[in-house]
Amino acid sequence: MTRPLLNVRDLRVTFHLRREGDWPWTPPRNLHAVSGVDFSLNPGETLGIVGESGCGKSTLARALIGLVPAEGQAEWIDGKDLIGLSPGKMMKYRNDIQMIFQDPLASLNPRMTVGQIIAEPLITHNPRLKRPEVKERVKAIMEKVGLLPNQINRYPHEFSGGQCQRIGIARALIVEPKLIICDEPVSALDVSIQAQVINLLIRLQKEFGLALIFIAHDLSVVKHISDRVMVLYLGKVMETATTAELYSAPLHPYTQALLSAVPVPDPTHDMAASIVPLAGDLPSPFAPPSGCVFRTRCPRATGKCAAETPVPSGDSHQIACHFPGPLTEEEIAAARRIEAA
Amino acid sequence: MALLDITDLNVSFQTNDGTVHAVNDVNLSLEPGETLGMVGESGSGKSQFSFAIMGLLARNGRATGSVRFDGQEILNAPLKTLNRIRAEKIAMIFQDPMTSLNPYMRVSDQMAEVLTLHKGMSKRDAVTESIRMLDAVHIPDARGRVRLYPHEFSGGMRQRVMIAMALLCRPQLLIADEPTTALDVTVQAQIMTLLAELQRDFGMAMILITHDLGVVASSCKQVAVMYGGRIRETGPVGPLFASPAHPYTQGLLHAIPRIDHDGDELAVIPGAPPNMTRPPAGCAFEPRCPYAREECANSRPVLEPFADARSRACFVPLDDVLQHRLPPPPAPQHVTQGGQA
Repeated sequence: MTRPLLNVRDLRVTFHLRREGDWPWTPPRNLHAVSGVDFSLNPGETLGIVGESGCGKSTLARALIGLVPAEGQAEWIDGKDLIGLSPGKMMKYRNDIQMIFQDPLASLNPRMTVGQIIAEPLITHNPRLKRPEVKERVKAIMEKVGLLPNQINRYPHEFSGGQCQRIGIARALIVEPKLIICDEPVSALDVSIQAQVINLLIRLQKEFGLALIFIAHDLSVVKHISDRVMVLYLGKVMETATTAELYSAPLHPYTQALLSAVPVPDPTHDMAASIVPLAGDLPSPFAPPSGCVFRTRCPRATGKCAAETPVPSGDSHQIACHFPGPLTEEEIAAARRIEAA
Repeated sequence: MALLDITDLNVSFQTNDGTVHAVNDVNLSLEPGETLGMVGESGSGKSQFSFAIMGLLARNGRATGSVRFDGQEILNAPLKTLNRIRAEKIAMIFQDPMTSLNPYMRVSDQMAEVLTLHKGMSKRDAVTESIRMLDAVHIPDARGRVRLYPHEFSGGMRQRVMIAMALLCRPQLLIADEPTTALDVTVQAQIMTLLAELQRDFGMAMILITHDLGVVASSCKQVAVMYGGRIRETGPVGPLFASPAHPYTQGLLHAIPRIDHDGDELAVIPGAPPNMTRPPAGCAFEPRCPYAREECANSRPVLEPFADARSRACFVPLDDVLQHRLPPPPAPQHVTQGGQA
């Protein structure tokens, strides 16, 4: 068996927040943005992370590269734990782990030319590189991502959103990383441009043997690009499985509800007949429900769900639920009655 | 008689870069109770189209043509007429509920203001009516929450408040500009179900402006596809999705990843949308169109009916589009790298 590129165990991110008007001695409130996430990622694999806003998917990504302080363990392929590394020690791994952000224009410095933007990580990680060689490599990578090398002296505002995202991809790729974390890389793009960027990412991944962590709220996009998918809810993993399994036979009630709500571009598809409604809103992350965090909205919840926290179980298809399995007609009907009431 | 009758609507803006023709020669009519989906990418003119109807164009904008609502001309009508129609006959909801609600006013005050101003109700009656409307949009504990400020609601709840506010005067037409784009899929499903329900109960017509073909497929009867400020194709949702007759519609439908079946590489629409300060002389889609022929670059196709209730604006013979018969590839160096404008 190959050694995983990244092996994450019990990753936790807690924000200590103070409210306005709190006394200096009032203890801060704790927000567990990510609470105990486990996963592993093989070289060259794509792991999709989905969930609603506020479920901790972006925080998880930022924790992995040390942008927010975290606890737990994230073991890199060489056996080093990335969590809590000093910035100096982390430097070596930043070369291997790069990131692409959601807002293509905001993630590029408006005062730098495209050439400078793309060259910056390369120069940072290889300070001894000669200038002509840097330029050569920048041009080569621009060509790879579908930019014209003669645009090297232009500024970000001269490019469209899709092209800016290509610049972001080039900047991540130039240091030849092993893993790219993509945080909602296509959600700000138009449909026709989105397809271009998705195809580009898939092509580059094959060519460079990259592993991707692909974070998105669009479940159709995640399905298209991922080998495995992890579903998060309130900072906890609900279900992890191969893409084919998760989308064809989801076992966690939350995954089933989430998938049933995705609009299908086919007028003959009867959404009203298939949807599993979720009652109410996401609970406050300051006071998550006891036991299973999803129980307050789950059509199948019982007393056990409130008392005991389910632990993820299973080998390749992991589910954190006391009563996994497809929802029955009666359960869906009951959920609709609650929603209608 | 049609509820809304739009003929030759043009919207242009005077900017420092010249005149931008945002909407060109739009003809539409909408029956009472009908739902029309308006699909397009950013910059296609779909939002300016709705702003023009409501008389909400920016100061440098100019609208010409005719918009008749219930037989009355409302385009460029005096403010007094417009204000009455905007409140009582046509309502609008926007993409971002937080920026459309007044953060300094309690929800009760914002909602009651509408009724005291337009219906001459007393404050007490107005608040009672507001609570009833908040109940109608399924806000739990409406009586207890009506005195809250907008920031105290979640995103989905805020959108419900917006909808409740828009419906206070029982409008005959609701214009929804990307009402669910900022929301998670589960909340999106709730809001779309709610809109359909309210539409049925109040018998109101709706124009749903969106870029999401999935949302259109599940909630609209009629669709109009916009590109470069013009309607490219219109028709009933079923046939339009089953056999798109315009190359752009076809490209768009093939470019989205699907959750309902597995696909290989996404079909891509190469290039980027046109710059509307300098619109192409011919068909605006010609530079990106795989079917493009000589006449496309020089003259503009007009919207022509070709089948039952369907029209399209395209020179390419219908059968060629339906059967994917592409013209023979032209001489080399025609196709630029993907993503280049």
